[in-house]
Amino acid sequence: MESTTRAFNDNVRRAIGDAGLRRSLDKLGHGFPVKRRLAAERLPEFETLRDEARDIKNHVLANLDTYLAAFEAKVTETGGQVHWARDAAEARDIILAVCRDASARTVTKSKSMIGEELAINDHLEAHGIQPIETDLGEYIIQLRHEPPAHILAPAIHLSKEQVADTFRASHDGLPRDRDLEAPETLLKEARAILREKFLAADVGLTGANMLVAETGSIVLVTNEGNADLTQTLPRVQVVMASLEKVVPTLEDATTLLRVLARSATGQEQSVYTTFTTGPKRAEDPDGPDAFHVVLLDNGRSGMVGGDFQDMLRCIRCGACLNHCPVYATIGGHAYGWVYSGPMGKVLIPNLIGMETAKDLPNASSLCGRCEEVCPMRIPLPRMLRDWRRRQFAAGQTGIIARWALKSWAFWARRPGLYHFFADIKMRSLAAAAGRRGRFRSMVMAGGWTGSRDLPAPQGRTFQAQWDARGGKR
Amino acid sequence: MNARDEILGRLRRNARRDGAQEPAARLAAHPRGTVPARSALDHDGRVALFMAEAGRVDATVARLNGTAAIPAAVARYLEDAGLAPALRTAPHPLLAGLDWAGAGLDARPGASDGHDVAGLNVAIAGVAETGTLVLASGPETPTTLNFLPDADLVVLREADIVGAYEDVWDRLRAAGEDAGFMPRNINWVTGPSRTADIEQTLLLGAHGPRSLHILLVRDDG
Ligand code: SF4
Repeated sequence: MESTTRAFNDNVRRAIGDAGLRRSLDKLGHGFPVKRRLAAERLPEFETLRDEARDIKNHVLANLDTYLAAFEAKVTETGGQVHWARDAAEARDIILAVCRDASARTVTKSKSMIGEELAINDHLEAHGIQPIETDLGEYIIQLRHEPPAHILAPAIHLSKEQVADTFRASHDGLPRDRDLEAPETLLKEARAILREKFLAADVGLTGANMLVAETGSIVLVTNEGNADLTQTLPRVQVVMASLEKVVPTLEDATTLLRVLARSATGQEQSVYTTFTTGPKRAEDPDGPDAFHVVLLDNGRSGMVGGDFQDMLRCIRCGACLNHCPVYATIGGHAYGWVYSGPMGKVLIPNLIGMETAKDLPNASSLCGRCEEVCPMRIPLPRMLRDWRRRQFAAGQTGIIARWALKSWAFWARRPGLYHFFADIKMRSLAAAAGRRGRFRSMVMAGGWTGSRDLPAPQGRTFQAQWDARGGKR
Repeated sequence: MNARDEILGRLRRNARRDGAQEPAARLAAHPRGTVPARSALDHDGRVALFMAEAGRVDATVARLNGTAAIPAAVARYLEDAGLAPALRTAPHPLLAGLDWAGAGLDARPGASDGHDVAGLNVAIAGVAETGTLVLASGPETPTTLNFLPDADLVVLREADIVGAYEDVWDRLRAAGEDAGFMPRNINWVTGPSRTADIEQTLLLGAHGPRSLHILLVRDDG
């Protein structure tokens, strides 16, 4: 997908002014985090499982070549075919070729972040093949030609009225004035329309939550059941997966599955978890005749062994988005590409380049909540700092910030001078603020005082108070 | 260089080997991670935990004495749900000799064509840990039965209730050939289909079944 990450600041301004988005994000902030906490509390082994999940993926990343080769061998042995793609363009070509070989007219698709990365829908459509998203949220945003606003809940930004309008505009042949008030009615209409599409599709295009090297299986997790209809009904199945999705064994997949749903939605387990191995067997009454797996690199092999390798442990649970104060304020679209939230801020610059995504690592208070809840214990704040350091080294940091950081460094290296002037500065600020104790506006701090007052310092500096207490608590 | 060799070559060059364990050894030994202690129970404990967990995710459970009781239980369920007395059944030996007509049911064995109101399949296991059904694809147990009918009914034998997911992997490995012990599909099913994609309102019956009814059958030898 084309990114608008370069326009991050404009995107943010637009998002903050959107009252409907505010409402959805408030609801999100009160829903998922509470459910996640309850699920974690209900499982005494949760923290241990997080450690084990992290260790499994670290082991995989240290041996990724071996596990991918083992996975490929098993897929081949069970009658499937593995394709390797260096970048998005190669992956799109492979998928299009498979669809053409199958003389496909329609393709059903279950939600996949890799599919978004490839913008595979646009590519198929441009070549005369109709792609149909089947995850309800993804279907809605496909009708609206929008990117996903959240990696788990793509239509999180929309109200039911907006969904109703979308259905009225898109579902031809139904009475215009039909009642689409209740969410149940909307679901019923979408279900009926999609059911026919499922049954008619020639190719089923899915992602994969995991790939199992031991058996050549792919693992798909959904609550709706759409991935299963997508992979069971058409004649051909195509799986899109990035390299780091592989895990060694069924047991390892199981450990990851114990933390995935709990972290994502607070469920003990998602409704449908399916392990799919090869095409249908000779005696099977249902399932596809052909099974293809497209393994996508798109920048990942370059992350292995480097500062951002830890990001490749991500299982796309969305917990870091759900707990992020920045995501809660601006929503997913502002990030300008398919990923968002803390994981997006670290991953996007890796995949589309720092130059385009330079604002992302800076839009963070480094509060650390994302790392606290990440089931894979990914050090997201550390990696955001790494990006900032690289930007500074590459001269991509703005002139004011550079100047401010340099002068800060000057004072920080001279503690005596620093304390002396800090004391004077505090007193003069307190005096200037007067009885109100706060500033309505301040030169060079308009970004802060534009929407709120700046409190003036009170009393003495922290260091002075610390000394007065004899340096003890 | 082709894409495969280029990608694998770059991975090999960049990898920081941990040396902790050889991949081949891990694949062969498939060690278990931590298994939650809550499912380490005796048979009765596992059955009770399975039923409680299945209930938490909106599945319903009926306990039956022997397979002969299945048709009457199905008929009762369909009637209570206000559904027609017809269903698609798995062509499974466990269901073959049953008297469907005697219970007033029109039962047709086979895969679902997408227009069945109710479907009946047979699970290979139930996992007490989370009230999860495990179903395998195969000629006797079509996968479409798990997803296409509006009402999903599943027969589970009490003896097949295990504590943890890992117990099912062990059973499959023991039963299958070394190389290919996995059928095309292993489905874990934990409750009926659902979505929260419209305003984060939870609704049952997204694309898959609107209801999940488990017929838990006590062994009749
Ligand atoms: S970074 Fe961690 S919390 Fe965020 S989506 Fe990935 S696994 Fe989940």
